[in-house]
Amino acid sequence: MIERLLPRAAQTFVSFVTLLRLNGFVVAPEQTLAFLAAIELLGPSSLEDIRRAGIATLAPPPERHATYRLLFDIHFLGRQAADRDDAEEQDIVRLQEEGRGEIEPLVAEQQNESGLAASRMEALVVRRFGGAAPTDPLRRLAREAASRLPRRRGHRRMRVRSGSFFDLRRTLRESVRNDGEILKLRRLKRRLRPRRLLVLIDVSGSMKNRTEDNMRLAHTLAQATSQVEVFTLGTRLTRVTRALRLKRREQALTAASHVVSDWDGGTRLGEALAAFLAVPRFSSYARGAAVLVISDGLERGDHYALRNSVEKLGLRAWHLSWLTPLAQGAAFKPQTAALMAIRPFVDDMVEGGTDEAIVSHILSLPKTRAA
Amino acid sequence: MAVRNSIVGIDSPQALERALRAAYYLADEGLATAAYLSLALGKPLLLEGAPGVGKTEAAKAISGVLGRRLIRLQCYEGIDASAALYEWNYPRQMLAIRQAGEESIDIYGEAFLIERPMLACLRAPDTTVLLIDEIDRADQEFEAFLLEFLSDFSISIPERGTVRAAERPVVVLTSNRTRDLHEALRRRCVYHWIDYPTTEREARIVMMRASSVAEATARAVVAAVGKLRREPLNKLPGIAEAVDWAEAATLLNRGGTRWPDAFKRSIGVALKDEEDLSFIAPRLDALIAEAVT
Repeated sequence: MIERLLPRAAQTFVSFVTLLRLNGFVVAPEQTLAFLAAIELLGPSSLEDIRRAGIATLAPPPERHATYRLLFDIHFLGRQAADRDDAEEQDIVRLQEEGRGEIEPLVAEQQNESGLAASRMEALVVRRFGGAAPTDPLRRLAREAASRLPRRRGHRRMRVRSGSFFDLRRTLRESVRNDGEILKLRRLKRRLRPRRLLVLIDVSGSMKNRTEDNMRLAHTLAQATSQVEVFTLGTRLTRVTRALRLKRREQALTAASHVVSDWDGGTRLGEALAAFLAVPRFSSYARGAAVLVISDGLERGDHYALRNSVEKLGLRAWHLSWLTPLAQGAAFKPQTAALMAIRPFVDDMVEGGTDEAIVSHILSLPKTRAA
Repeated sequence: MAVRNSIVGIDSPQALERALRAAYYLADEGLATAAYLSLALGKPLLLEGAPGVGKTEAAKAISGVLGRRLIRLQCYEGIDASAALYEWNYPRQMLAIRQAGEESIDIYGEAFLIERPMLACLRAPDTTVLLIDEIDRADQEFEAFLLEFLSDFSISIPERGTVRAAERPVVVLTSNRTRDLHEALRRRCVYHWIDYPTTEREARIVMMRASSVAEATARAVVAAVGKLRREPLNKLPGIAEAVDWAEAATLLNRGGTRWPDAFKRSIGVALKDEEDLSFIAPRLDALIAEAVT
């Protein structure tokens, strides 16, 4: 149908857009129109013109430019897709971010197994993630999060009876109704908005028996408030916020487990945190946020990098708390070298070994002012 | 889609590139193409890139080429309609009501309206260029609000009705990419990612921007800056820093400081982070010596 409507020359450009979409680029119809109009405008005198027109109108995100170029070459020059993965994996810091497209449906680990095996897999998933009904601390978190999480003063103003700003617009409109007499001064106040929460979860081997609980807790938090960002730290840094936004817990945790590739691996906390800080878009999540790091702080080797990163993180954050399973009770004195090194830079270093401890810490964060 | 092939005599990316050069801005081919397409297709131009690569300068140069006034809207967290669109002059309205006494008066007349950048641009689309600077600093609500403006180019003022642009205005948006912009915003724009320029181009930019700088100085500075950008620094020096550094070093040299020393003493205009300075300090001499040769 489409083929018949379009002139032959235009078909190849439209099919290029289709190819981009198949590879997870988001392209709107109006962008396709702009792309065609741009090609017409430019002449085009060379293939480079078409490539540039594509970048300008289809707007592939900068971090995927390499993939875009590759697809372009494949489509217009007929080059074979040789090192497609290489193009995407150039990053030295080895960041991972969730794909822009749909989150994959539940994929069994052994894909060529029969249906019987698949249902066994399903059972395994149920046992692993869905087995426990929400424990009491998590229910408490879901219930009380909205009213007890930290807030910040927003810039928009709301009408109030007594507040610090005059609502001149409304006062004037009312005065017009009363022959220009001002009977009552209306006032405005700055609205309070939820403060962003940044949760960094250590998923390395040493935290193995807490990882699953922590992810479940992060999911509850992500469901309870919109202003939350969750990353996992291990040998890599992975953003899992998008996966945890899925409503059903099993689905969300499965999606997260596909995104993160370094479960129960080694620890390079310092480097992972440094990678987090090095990406402006990520590190701006920490600015003015209440930051929770759930980690035992067991760093392999030198802890200088960790100390350095935590110091920077602390400077950006509004409140930085370090939740460690090693801590027991209120009067915790860190014993390991790494924790001792970072202690001066964190606002709180408290127990993080149980759901209950973490939840009560989150709910007792200062509401409006830094402690 | 309304397509204009030629705007003030500019009918191709190459022509725009030449015109920009005459306005003291060296655009690469990608930027010239994107800017030309944005003018021709009547879509806003969205420029992203690291700080100091010349995004705002590009907007200024475009307005210069078109011979239009640049209206700049600097975004910040919490920017709202009264700062971006329009505001009523309340004290004046009050006074007018008092003075009018028994007579009737229109307090929503032109005299009481304070134009803010976006309204000013809509009312004179043929003589202005609107620059919405650092859109990533504004909060998401403002970005959503901007979507409506950028697709319809109209603003409704409840007391006066809708103001619509007579023709599609030229709009340039810039972003430092401290956060991801919404897909919908990107979709409405022609997009260009400004990268650090090649050494050759950067040397030419430095000489063009700082006319007092000798060619050898410009090349040395650009080589040194190129090396600095490969270091794991917190804040990489942009083009603006390179220009400043070349100018500062030239100034010191005129005052009697010898060459490699002049670069070293004026490092403060290129690197503006204490941590970066102490990180690079032990190797600074070698780095500059290498760049000078």
